[in-house]
Amino acid sequence: MTTVQELPQIRGVKNIPLIEGFTSGHRTCQGCESALVMRLMIKAAGPRTIVLGSTGCMYVANTTYYSTPWVVPWMHTQLGSSGSAATGTAAGLASMMRKGKMTKEPINVIAFCGDGGGADMGLSAISAALQHDEYNLLILMYDNESYANTDIQVSGSTPWGANTTFSPPGKLHRIMNRRWKKNTAPMLAVGHPNVRYVATADGSYGLDFTNKIRRALTIGGPTFIHSIDPCPKGWDFDPKYSHELGMLVVETGLWVQYEIIDGELTLNGPSRAIARGIRKRKPVREYLERQGRFAHMTDEDLKVFQDRVDESWEKWWMPGVIPITQKDE
Amino acid sequence: MTTTIEQMFQTSSEELISGSEAIALACALADVDVITAYPIRPYDTVMQYVSKLKADGAFDCDFIVAESEHTQFEIVKHASSVGARTFSGSSGVGWFYAFEAITVTAGLRMPVVAMVGNRALDDPGAFGVEHNDALAVRDLGWMLYWVATAQEALDMALLAWRIAEDPEVLLPFALSCDGSFLTHSQAIVQVPAIEQVKRFLPPYDRGKLQLHPDNPITVAPQVNEDWLMEIRRQSDAAMRRSVGIIKKAYEEFKQEFGRGDPSPFIDEFMTEDAEIIIVGMGTLALPARVAVRRLREEGKKVGFLRVKFFRPFATDEIREALSKCKAVCVIDRDYSYGSPSFGGVLFSELRATMYNQENRPWMLNFIAGLGGREIRVREINEIVDTTQKAIDDGKVEQETTWIGVRE
Repeated sequence: MTTVQELPQIRGVKNIPLIEGFTSGHRTCQGCESALVMRLMIKAAGPRTIVLGSTGCMYVANTTYYSTPWVVPWMHTQLGSSGSAATGTAAGLASMMRKGKMTKEPINVIAFCGDGGGADMGLSAISAALQHDEYNLLILMYDNESYANTDIQVSGSTPWGANTTFSPPGKLHRIMNRRWKKNTAPMLAVGHPNVRYVATADGSYGLDFTNKIRRALTIGGPTFIHSIDPCPKGWDFDPKYSHELGMLVVETGLWVQYEIIDGELTLNGPSRAIARGIRKRKPVREYLERQGRFAHMTDEDLKVFQDRVDESWEKWWMPGVIPITQKDE
Repeated sequence: MTTTIEQMFQTSSEELISGSEAIALACALADVDVITAYPIRPYDTVMQYVSKLKADGAFDCDFIVAESEHTQFEIVKHASSVGARTFSGSSGVGWFYAFEAITVTAGLRMPVVAMVGNRALDDPGAFGVEHNDALAVRDLGWMLYWVATAQEALDMALLAWRIAEDPEVLLPFALSCDGSFLTHSQAIVQVPAIEQVKRFLPPYDRGKLQLHPDNPITVAPQVNEDWLMEIRRQSDAAMRRSVGIIKKAYEEFKQEFGRGDPSPFIDEFMTEDAEIIIVGMGTLALPARVAVRRLREEGKKVGFLRVKFFRPFATDEIREALSKCKAVCVIDRDYSYGSPSFGGVLFSELRATMYNQENRPWMLNFIAGLGGREIRVREINEIVDTTQKAIDDGKVEQETTWIGVRE
């Protein structure tokens, strides 16, 4: 395995590096949390990094010919190829460095994908990438809970009942998306026991986010981070509330913040306080009612939603993380 | 004790090997950095040899067994972007599973070299050779070459990296090898000395297009109607330039290794004074040559022309060779349902090539050998007889004929 860079954990928000790797030149929407995720990601990783971006908003809205926002080397990859792009780049570098064809140095390799590219189409390639212990790479799945680049279509990561252009509430069917959001990060962590680092993250908790990126890049081997990114366009809310919604999703217990390091799970921030009973979960309604995509929901629908969240905290084997219960013998 | 490729081939030697094994040896001789595999018959024999060479310490590469053909081709595409020499391959529907990755490899100008072990496309399942799998990349910016012998497989693999990685070209290269007839058949092959290969094949240098923190470029941003046409034109220009580079590299190859045909693009057999020229690709050359020799003994003026490079297509050479004869019979080991005359792909290309010529021969198409069915001398004789009839009658009664098919 090639060596990794020294990227110490950052103590305090004022110590987040001032250097920018993701600058002007992009065309993301006002209040786009995924753009913030990109910016924090590259701040944490630093300049000796190669970034691969699969098709999605963070490709199409970010990188227009002649006006790239990327200061670091960046390359497009196909929608389902974040795993293979990271593997190929890391393998090319590793092979050439080992054979003396390139100067030896640890170069961070980060491939990002949206929820469509990660939780849906690219899942198999990500799974394959996570089996290659010999390569250091990070796959970051920025989840704005729809195919937001192509007009907001439902993905495997879209919440139950959400209004998208492929799941509009209609006269006969009020709830068109009857799928519950895919539990991607735990699925990958449980399915790939060799992977040393899997985490969930949220751009609203900036310091936590940058430190998670750094931990993923420095632990060695393939790693995976799943971030939740409020999307004003897709979720239908005023862009000024992005940050607030990013906090509400955690405070309602709908999104759980954690790291799995060498198989050990640690909850972070409000999620930890909720798990310990220090903090009460806010009603899910407070989060859902702020977004137009749930405006068609009745009280009954909101109850269905709340019940599912309650169940995940009260009945799951690992609250909010692993949806398995042990049968009493 | 491991034996490295350097130790194995300090001097050139003769080996009894299959076409797949010849290409695996070429990978080791060329010191390929990243190789990706996924199982599908018949191409995958090459990867079995590569993995054994790596396991035995014959050469050092990152050999990655992917979870799908799509990933296989995405990995080598990205490895190529950072400057690694790459090799991959597939067959039949496996090649089609990778098609998105194959498409962008050419668009991104990555000089990936791939072996296509030609196989019939499902459904129904069939392992045997058909050329439709590899032909599918003909419009995408891949160079596409049809190999006839194990020797040619090794030689062309070395040439493939030389041509594809040339800074004037930077296009991917597909080596098309007939399933079974080439991939699994052994023949005597001259394997060159490693020093000869090193002299002939310079390291891959991606230059200012290399993705690296020292060269922080943005690769493949959105262009839309603003720039796409100019970028397409650049790929077109690269393919045009490849013609000159192929000629140059082929001459260098002949000088270094002492073997090769007069032309890198086509292979002519007894075409000099021929009235009828049979045209085909791949291992068909063997029975075709036998048939031509026997027909010559009977006094019939018949020749054979093998199209080697399908892309870039050898327009000038083919025009010159075919405009001298009276009739051309094109044997397609492929089909293009609903195409002009309901014929094959090679036929359509050749007829288009000849259209503006002053001396146009009659052109007839024969679909044969699909799914790995053997094309025997007797079928070739039948083809020549039908073609002779067109000359005698002064007209082509039926443009496309399926040969050896039960009706």
